Amino acid sequence: MKKLLWVVLLTGLLTSNAYALSEAYKNNIYNPGELKPVDSVLKVKVGDAVPEFSLKAVNGKTVSLKDYYGKKNVVISFVPAAWTPVCSDQWPGYNIVKDLFESYDATLLGITVDNIPTLFSWTNQMGILWFDVLSDFWPHGAVAEKFGVLRSDGVTERALFVIDKKGIIRYIDVHDINQRPSLEVLIQELQKLK
Amino acid sequence: MKKTKASLVVLTALLMMTMICVAEVNPPQVGSAFPDFELLKPVNPAELKYLGLSGSGTFKIDQIKADVVIIEIFSMYCPYCQGEAPNVNNLHALIEKNPALKNKMKIIGIGIGNSIFETDIFKKKYQVVFPLIPDGDFKLHKTIGQVRTPYFIVVKLKSGKTEVIYSKLGALGDNNIFLEQIVKSAGLK
Repeated sequence: MKKLLWVVLLTGLLTSNAYALSEAYKNNIYNPGELKPVDSVLKVKVGDAVPEFSLKAVNGKTVSLKDYYGKKNVVISFVPAAWTPVCSDQWPGYNIVKDLFESYDATLLGITVDNIPTLFSWTNQMGILWFDVLSDFWPHGAVAEKFGVLRSDGVTERALFVIDKKGIIRYIDVHDINQRPSLEVLIQELQKLK
Repeated sequence: MKKTKASLVVLTALLMMTMICVAEVNPPQVGSAFPDFELLKPVNPAELKYLGLSGSGTFKIDQIKADVVIIEIFSMYCPYCQGEAPNVNNLHALIEKNPALKNKMKIIGIGIGNSIFETDIFKKKYQVVFPLIPDGDFKLHKTIGQVRTPYFIVVKLKSGKTEVIYSKLGALGDNNIFLEQIVKSAGLK
């Protein structure tokens, strides 16, 4: 218990990084503060077949994972919530590396449990996104639950899954929700698919 | 047990003080000195030469061979910084083709929370030719009040001292008007 307290306090001292400070968001970002790094138990592992799902995208179409089988590798990026610091500072970076994803024959699917209108106004602040943003709003968090990344408060983990063209999970990163995952590591994982 | 409790109280107080300090740090004000801060030297020889530096390791702003340094605080993950990139490139081109400014005014970008990999992506994506320095652990960002991005700070260098002559959030606007203002504030001829 004592050790845990020390870790929490030291972590607080050493980490208070500022995310989502782009003028694009002005003062519209809600800061939930420091959260429990991970608050769910994975239901899948590397080597498993990916759970199938279909979700509505912000642009109105329905995206099914099976549509990519045999055609594209897929990166699934779950982020906890719209209009929060780290999430708002993750996809805009992915938005300028479409060429990198394409060089590994990969596409990206962004997923949150927010509803479509919220995702529409939030992602509009990021510019025109090249990848689909999907809503796992209803039944609430059902897809996140299939992967085991739905937290106890109803938002998802900050998690990345790399799925190959055969529909097999090749990489999982259920990241500390308070930190942005390294783009470099993700790209290295895509390199391994070649 | 008492000792542990006391230590935890002290550490909690330290944490709170740190949070208060972070919240209270203001962006560099015009007329003040730029924070004394070590930045990573660029690896690219052309960029080192542009800044008048050599070797590897770190450098400070006052070591840049120039009269004025324009610093863009940005992030690869910031949509407005992405949108502003062509305009900053244009500013750099304007300076470089003006013989009166070419060796007197330099531009650097500091990528807050960005790794070298990430600043390199931004550089390649927007064909940036001036140095982009990573501030991966937000250390510099914390010393300048965790400003929003893009944020521009212009520093005048004289006799080993730095003086902030411009400090503003948001896009630069018209580059020619901006340059006129900087030339006047810096007393460049």
